[in-house]
Amino acid sequence: MTTTSTPDRPLALAPRTAERYGLDAEALDALGRELDAIRDGIIAGLGAEDVAYIRRMIKLQRGLEVGGRGLLFAGFLPPAWLAGTAMLTVSKILDNMEIGHNVMHGQYDWTRDPALSATGFEWDTVCPGDQWRHTHNHLHHTYTNIVGKDRDVGYGVLRMSEDQPWHPAHRANLPAAAALMLFFEEGVMLHDVEFDRLQSGEKTFAEAWPTLRDGLRKTARSFGKDYLFWPLLTGPLFLSTLAGNAVANIGRNIWAFTIIFCGHFPEGTHEFTVEECEGESKGHWYFRQMLGSANIGGGRVFHVMSGNLSHQIEHHLFPDLPARHYKAIAPQVQEICERYGLPYATGSLGSQFGSVVRKIWRLGRKPVDAVASRVTGSPAGFDVAPAAA
Amino acid sequence: MFTQSPPSTLAPVGLLRRSIGLLDALVSPHPFDRYAELVAPTFSSTEVRGRIVAIEHETADSVTLTVAPNRNWRGFEAGQHVALTVEIDGVRHTRCYSMSSSAHRTDGRFQLTVKAHPQGTVSRHLVARARVGDVVGLTVAQGDFTLPTPRPARLLLVSGGSGITPVLSMLRTLCDEGHDGDVTFLHYCLTAADQVAAAELDALAARHPNVRVVRVFTDEPGAGDLDGFFSAEQLEAAEPHWRDATVYVCGPAPLMDAVQAHHDAAGLAGQVRVEAFTLPQVIAEAGAVGGTLRFDASGLSVASDGRTLLEQAEEAGLQPAHGCRMGICHTCTRSLRCGTVRNVVTGEVTDEADVHIRLCVNAPVGDVAIDL
Repeated sequence: MTTTSTPDRPLALAPRTAERYGLDAEALDALGRELDAIRDGIIAGLGAEDVAYIRRMIKLQRGLEVGGRGLLFAGFLPPAWLAGTAMLTVSKILDNMEIGHNVMHGQYDWTRDPALSATGFEWDTVCPGDQWRHTHNHLHHTYTNIVGKDRDVGYGVLRMSEDQPWHPAHRANLPAAAALMLFFEEGVMLHDVEFDRLQSGEKTFAEAWPTLRDGLRKTARSFGKDYLFWPLLTGPLFLSTLAGNAVANIGRNIWAFTIIFCGHFPEGTHEFTVEECEGESKGHWYFRQMLGSANIGGGRVFHVMSGNLSHQIEHHLFPDLPARHYKAIAPQVQEICERYGLPYATGSLGSQFGSVVRKIWRLGRKPVDAVASRVTGSPAGFDVAPAAA
Repeated sequence: MFTQSPPSTLAPVGLLRRSIGLLDALVSPHPFDRYAELVAPTFSSTEVRGRIVAIEHETADSVTLTVAPNRNWRGFEAGQHVALTVEIDGVRHTRCYSMSSSAHRTDGRFQLTVKAHPQGTVSRHLVARARVGDVVGLTVAQGDFTLPTPRPARLLLVSGGSGITPVLSMLRTLCDEGHDGDVTFLHYCLTAADQVAAAELDALAARHPNVRVVRVFTDEPGAGDLDGFFSAEQLEAAEPHWRDATVYVCGPAPLMDAVQAHHDAAGLAGQVRVEAFTLPQVIAEAGAVGGTLRFDASGLSVASDGRTLLEQAEEAGLQPAHGCRMGICHTCTRSLRCGTVRNVVTGEVTDEADVHIRLCVNAPVGDVAIDL
């Protein structure tokens, strides 16, 4: 079940993506050198400004959190409840995206500040930082959009690529995606448990248990705080505070899901096969990162609220460099793409999201050419489709 | 015994820490301290931090900082040091400095005297750019280069250059205690203009008949009390009763070696205490093989073959957590305990203790110890 080659899939029908763009090994190396130069430029300029920036963000987030939780003590006044809930939502979004996601990528490890270190930071979601660092930093960023290796392709639940075999359960692709959107933090937490692999027998429950246990522990702490301690502290406003916290968590879930799905799955982003990435060069790695990602246009506040994942292409090229630099290098990256004849996927949030929804819908329907060979010969990891989506 | 904080002040700290433990649950996952420090930067329920409250430039290339530590500071004994952390261009650097003030200051503050070294990132920063109000990271006082109790009847305090700080603290402390045993303070520096605390040393010697200050300016013959480098004759001149003295030496390696060799020859090695601060680190050429690679947590040592730390750890039978093996995912991040490593991708060299490094892209240069 863990085949890594597809002998029944003629090469002519599945050319290497790089060849389709007319790039040979030499051209990929040249591409790699140009991107390395951009990277070196950013590293040379890292300094006090970057630290000041992330600390300002942390201060803003903590301020919003304290203010939001404070206002919920006056939650009997509708404007106070609305403002408090909104502040708490924004606080959680900043904590998870511009601060947590970026710090946990190691973007600030060079500062040697333990509070800004990838391994020391813990974010305000139910997913333990360690587990996310595994599925996200390692699996997703190393094997970006390699179907069967990057578990972010469909999160083991959705069918997000033509290369994933279709299963009747995928008829529920769109409703399943909507559910994942509402409960995204729980989805991310359960992600590393790998239920699809449990079901297929590739992984035993004993192997998955420590991951699940840690996830449930963090969930208990997080839920205890948002749905018990703080509501209790507001006394008679228990339900009002609980509702405010729930709205903040779910609001953050919807936002994070939207940004992340718009970053990798709009029509036009590419997926890759395991074999075309075997022993890949640094240039090919860059190439794959660019083609597997899509940017979202927007203003300054939007970029901050998305954790600068609106510059998903630049983020995937340089995941461990401070995200505040992505905007400045975007024109250079786009120019390189044009010169090498590569697509640079970008669009407004509305159009990218529409595109993602259409793709989820389209891939949920039974393919006209649901060929058996596709099913048996698909790469590892997705051989068995989840029975219940 | 001479700590600033009497035992009674320790209990409230424990209580504070326990109450903050409860608050931590309310504000998890970020501990309470992470909120409090935004309002009061020196506040921490666990860490020692301090604020620079006064700065004095006594000589052209040195600075004396007066630091007001937070309540986690436990005081110090003369001769001890702290690991001071400062941020320079956004990057934290940690260095050890001896306290130079008396251990008996009543305001709970202490002083550090720092001399700028030509290649010293931190010392140059402190001399040129430290400002009153800066918050610095600290540790509790460390080190056993301290005076015994009761104090020795006869003391010889020998220092060279910036090595003056721990013995200066000893002298100030002894004077504050009204110690009446003989103390000879033998100090070496390049010229009279390089001498730290010159006026105060004169004043102490004038006020305390048992204190004798002997100065040697090695680049300025005739300007000091004696000339040249440490020798048996010089010692005889500085303190004729040196055989009866307990000796504390801090300074450049040649000075410490000379004093130790002299006392070894006299059969008095047991009377010498040294504080080695600025041992020159032997750094191998980039790409050189050799040296010992030590995995501290596992208690393993191997002869380094120059490959990356991750590859060598695996070859040694360890299974460190790792991910991409190309430096992007930071899964294999560990602390460098000591030694120098080179990033095989960027060529960047790291040689600071307790800095986080990625095993997969760093290779040892010479002897290295890793927290693994």
